[in-house]
Amino acid sequence: MRFVFKTSYDADINWFKHKYQAFWYVLLLAIMLAAPLFIGSYFIGEFALVLIFSVAAMGLMLLTGHTGLPSLGHAAFMAMGCFANVLMLNAGIPWLIAFPLSGIIAGLAGTLIMLPVLRLHGVYLALATLALSILIADIVVLAEPWTGGVAGMIVPPISLFGQEIDRFGTPFLFYYVCLAVTVLVVMLYRNLLRSPLGRSFLAIRDSEVSAQAMGIHLAQTKARSLFLSATFAGLAGALFGHSAGYVNSETFDLVLSINLLIMIVIGGLGFMHGAFLGAVVYTVIPLALAIFRTFLQTAFDININIPGMEAGIFAGILIIMLLFEPMGLYGVWLKLRTYFELFPFYRKDMFKRQKSYLKTERVQ
Amino acid sequence: MSLLELKNVTQRFGGVVAVNDVSMTVEEGEVFALVGPNGAGKSTVFNLLSRFYTPAEGTIRFNGHDVLALAPDQVPDLGIARTFQNIELFENSTVLYNLLIGRHRHRTSNMFTDLIFTPGVRAAEKEHREAVEEVIDFLDLQAYRDKMIAGLPYGVRKVVELGRALATKPKLLLLDEPASGLSVEETQDMAFWIEDIQKQMGITVLMVEHDMGLVSAVSTRVMALAEGAELATGTAVEVQSHPAVIEAYLGTSGIQKAGHQPNKKKDNAA
Repeated sequence: MRFVFKTSYDADINWFKHKYQAFWYVLLLAIMLAAPLFIGSYFIGEFALVLIFSVAAMGLMLLTGHTGLPSLGHAAFMAMGCFANVLMLNAGIPWLIAFPLSGIIAGLAGTLIMLPVLRLHGVYLALATLALSILIADIVVLAEPWTGGVAGMIVPPISLFGQEIDRFGTPFLFYYVCLAVTVLVVMLYRNLLRSPLGRSFLAIRDSEVSAQAMGIHLAQTKARSLFLSATFAGLAGALFGHSAGYVNSETFDLVLSINLLIMIVIGGLGFMHGAFLGAVVYTVIPLALAIFRTFLQTAFDININIPGMEAGIFAGILIIMLLFEPMGLYGVWLKLRTYFELFPFYRKDMFKRQKSYLKTERVQ
Repeated sequence: MSLLELKNVTQRFGGVVAVNDVSMTVEEGEVFALVGPNGAGKSTVFNLLSRFYTPAEGTIRFNGHDVLALAPDQVPDLGIARTFQNIELFENSTVLYNLLIGRHRHRTSNMFTDLIFTPGVRAAEKEHREAVEEVIDFLDLQAYRDKMIAGLPYGVRKVVELGRALATKPKLLLLDEPASGLSVEETQDMAFWIEDIQKQMGITVLMVEHDMGLVSAVSTRVMALAEGAELATGTAVEVQSHPAVIEAYLGTSGIQKAGHQPNKKKDNAA
């Protein structure tokens, strides 16, 4: 086991606890940067998709995992970001301005729409946000002059420093754009968690009564969490639009909202890493199934094509996680690491949690 | 002028009058204890002070400010910090994090500086950390600094909650049953801490407590409540020997017997 000798308060404030930890994250970033050297354009597209979903999942994680407010409406925020981005690009606004703005527009619009329901807790809030998710498809159809409605609209390529970037023409550059956005969002998120605002989010998650008694303005803090959450989702939505190349009223549907929620639960609620692990699982499963299916067909001439198999496997993993590992995949990793670090002194109840997430709080 | 002044405060829940026309003043620098049988309205007084309830009648003034004009989250800004009868900590965070949340009212940053984590935010964070370390030293919480609340024993949680309230650097500390559920030794520690809080830190303490041993040891003045109304106010001895107090605890037939053994009036059932 490694003992970290802290000599200043900076050690607790810094991004990395010690230089070994910094080494692993820098290595990860280096691998991600070098990935295009080793893998083909198809898989790099999947990598980009993982990053896009990670950003969206981080948005939801901020609201659900760190502020304790469940949302089934994040596909709607992604849609707002996506359409805002496309509209601005079509109006001739440069991508470098249109892209961040699209996130902020999604954030502001999301906050305005959701403010009335932020008083609700737990399942009631989930139900209220579900309505938003269901409505968004209709709103996109109704707003046909801007969104193209059912017919949809083509997403223009990213134009950056005189270079046209789109997923199919220049997949590697598109991957780097996604990576840059992801790293930026991670940095903002990490800063948030070590500062007063992030702490007030956690306070609200764990006890609203006592957060209030510490001087935290509930409505204002929740609105901020929602704004940031919707902004991240909006950025992810804009990138998703670029990745898909074409969006219509069905691109951002209820299923996407539900999948985002499943992603963060599988990954591990309340951990930033959870957003990434969830996004990886979500993207890898259909890929692995497709490869497995092709393998069966070519090797044994067996053709399995069961509709809904991916969703079924995804749901199965979710159920197993909820039953046996409420801390998600990141929880599995934490436990494994602690087991080896403390070997042979690991105790089974070391990670016992008493409070269940997203409880429907009674008003005191 | 008194630090805290309640005038004719009445709180009703439907037909139940939880606090009935109570007036009290807490002077700066004293330890004021509220005692009384269960359901006397002690915790309701606390929740009124925290603005969780709005009284039907009466006024509450603190340090010249009208408390009733404030929202619950503005009360700590006046310098009022509180603990809860049934510990309300942030379960899924470490002790350090809990104490740092206590520093919320001293924050200087806003959403944008927090997101970028400017050097100013870092400097402020260090200041918060220093203030929190003082509390950790004062309450001997060094061993628990990085432990999650969810795994801590009851006695330690009680101390962490006290620490979180102290981290806000209050003028008035509201302690809701600081000794309930604590062992004899832990209660003694609590008594020493309350004394130090009053004498060294100069913080005024208003507490609800059933343990008359602790109340007699630390309090300057005691107020006895029963069924929402004031019975008696005075020193611990005065209140304990007051006939109305004895009647409230033991009933009328107990007056004579209890007159001989004033220490039997404890009510430890939380």
